[in-house]
Amino acid sequence: MIARKKEYYRGIPTAPYDLVKELLVALGVVTILVVILSAVLSSPDEPPLTIKKIAQQDPVGFVQAALNELDGTSGIAGYGPPYNSSSGSVQNIGPISPQSWIGVHIPVNTAQDYVLGPLSQVSFTDVALATALSQYDKAPSAEQGKWTDAYNTALAKATVQGSAVSVPHCACGPVPVMMSSMLLLGQRGAMDGQLLASNQFYRTDYSRPLLFLADAGAVQSHAEDLHLLGTQWGVMNETGNYPGQAWMWLYTTLYQIWPFNVAPLATTAGDLAPMITISILSLLILLVPWIPGLNRLPRYIPVYRLIWKDYYGNQPPKGQERGDE
Amino acid sequence: MNLTERLQRKLSENLPYEELVPAEQPIYVRSYVYLFGVLTLASFILLITTGVILAGFGPQWWHSSNVGHFFNSVHYWSAQAFFFFMVLHLWTTFFQGAWREGRAVTWASGVVIFLTSVLTAFTGYVSQQNFDGQWIAIQAKDALNSTGVGAFFDVLNFGQMYGFHVVILPAVVGLLITGHLFLVRLHGVVRPYPLAAGRILNAQGDAVPLVSEEAAQ
Repeated sequence: MIARKKEYYRGIPTAPYDLVKELLVALGVVTILVVILSAVLSSPDEPPLTIKKIAQQDPVGFVQAALNELDGTSGIAGYGPPYNSSSGSVQNIGPISPQSWIGVHIPVNTAQDYVLGPLSQVSFTDVALATALSQYDKAPSAEQGKWTDAYNTALAKATVQGSAVSVPHCACGPVPVMMSSMLLLGQRGAMDGQLLASNQFYRTDYSRPLLFLADAGAVQSHAEDLHLLGTQWGVMNETGNYPGQAWMWLYTTLYQIWPFNVAPLATTAGDLAPMITISILSLLILLVPWIPGLNRLPRYIPVYRLIWKDYYGNQPPKGQERGDE
Repeated sequence: MNLTERLQRKLSENLPYEELVPAEQPIYVRSYVYLFGVLTLASFILLITTGVILAGFGPQWWHSSNVGHFFNSVHYWSAQAFFFFMVLHLWTTFFQGAWREGRAVTWASGVVIFLTSVLTAFTGYVSQQNFDGQWIAIQAKDALNSTGVGAFFDVLNFGQMYGFHVVILPAVVGLLITGHLFLVRLHGVVRPYPLAAGRILNAQGDAVPLVSEEAAQ
C-alpha cells in the first residue's frame, strides 16, 4: 500500500481480498441468474403494427387518417417543429420554448408525403386516379377544402362492406377516387414501403410511417389494449407484464402528479416541465458532494450503521457517542 | 523528463499495479454492500457480450430465430440486472457519503454513468423493431421535441437509434466505467463515518484519529 493510503487507513486493519476472484464469482452468479430468468420468463416481442394491418382492421379509421393528412387537420400536420411550422404541439414555459427556437429539421408535408406522393407513384396504372389527382392539383385551395370538408361529413356515415368503405354520394370532387385508392394502397401493404422510399436505395428512417401510425390512432388503442398507457401506469412498463424501464419511474411519475397533470403545465408544457424537472433533479444528485447540507445528509441517516454494522461491532462506551447523529 | 516519464512517475507514485489491483483491503470492505459495484460490472460484461452477438447477426435475427430470441432475453435480463445492481450501488454509496475526502468526482462519474446508461437502455428499447419499440418511440418523441433535442436525436429514426445503442453509447458507458474504476482505485474506498467525536473505531475497538469532517467534505 502506498504511503498516502497507509496514512489514510492508519489504525484500520486490512485483510486479504481477491478482487479478480470476486469479479469472476460475480460474473458466474449474474450469468446463472439471467440465464434462468431468460429460460423461464423469456422477453417480450409483440409484433409491430403496420399500415397494412390498420387499414385492414379499421378501413374507415384509415381513410379518416388519410383525409386528415390531406386537409391538414391531422396531429402531425398541426404539430410544429421539428416537423413543420405549425404550432399545435409546441411547448413552452413562459418565454422558454426550445422547440420553437430549434425550428424545422425533419420536414413532413402531410398532404404530399402521405397522400399525394404515394398516389402519384401508382397513378400511371390507373387513369381514373391520374385524372382525379390532376383535378385536385389544379383546383384552388378553397375548392380543395370544400371537397375534403364534404368528404369528411360523408365519411361519418360510411359503411364497411368487406374490406371496402362505402361513402354516401357527396359533392367531393376527386376526393372519393383518391381515398379509395389510398385504402387499396394501405390494405395491400404498398404504403408501408412507399413511406420509406426516397432517392436513396437503403433506408433506416421510420419517421414518416411511425408518425402516420400515431396519427391514425391505432398505436394508442393497441397500447391501451396492452395496458401501456400512462393512466394505466404503463409508460415505463412494456407488453406482457415485463418490468420495462423501471429506472425511469420518477420521470414517468411526474406526468401523473400535480402540478404536471393539470393546466397550465399539462396544456402548454406537458413534456417540457417534466423534462426540465428531471434534469434539475439529476443535476442535484450529480452535485451532491458540493451542496452544503445535502453532502452531510447521510451522516444523519443511520443507514450507514447497518452498512458498517460488523465494523462498528465494538460500540464505544455510552456517553462517548454523539447522540444519534 | 519527457511526458512519458512524467506519466510513469505519476502512476508509480499514485497508482502502481498493487494499488490498481490490490490484494488487501480495509477490513470494513468485507460487507455484502460492496458487492453491488462488482455485480453491476459483471452485468455490464454480460450486456456487452450478448449485445455483440445480437449485433453480429443483425437487428432482425432475434425476431425469427429461437436462439436469437434467447440471446435477446439474456441481453434483456442482463440490462435489468445491470440497473438493479447499479441503483443499489448508487443508494448504498449515497448512504456511505462515499464522496467524502476527495471522492466527489468519483461520485459524479457514477451518476453520469447511471444517466448515460438510462439513455443507452432507451435507445435499445426504441431499436427493438416490435410494438414496444414503436410505442416508446412515438411517446418519447414529444418529450425530446419539447426540449429541441428531437430535431437532432430522432427517436423515430431506427438507423440513428441503433447506431447510438450498439456503438456510441456503450463505448461512452464503457469508458466512463473504466474512469470510475480508475478513480475508485486511485482514492481507495472511503472510511466509515465516525461513531465518536473526532475518532473512528477500528474492528478491535481502538479509537483512531479522524480527519475533521469539514476538511473531509
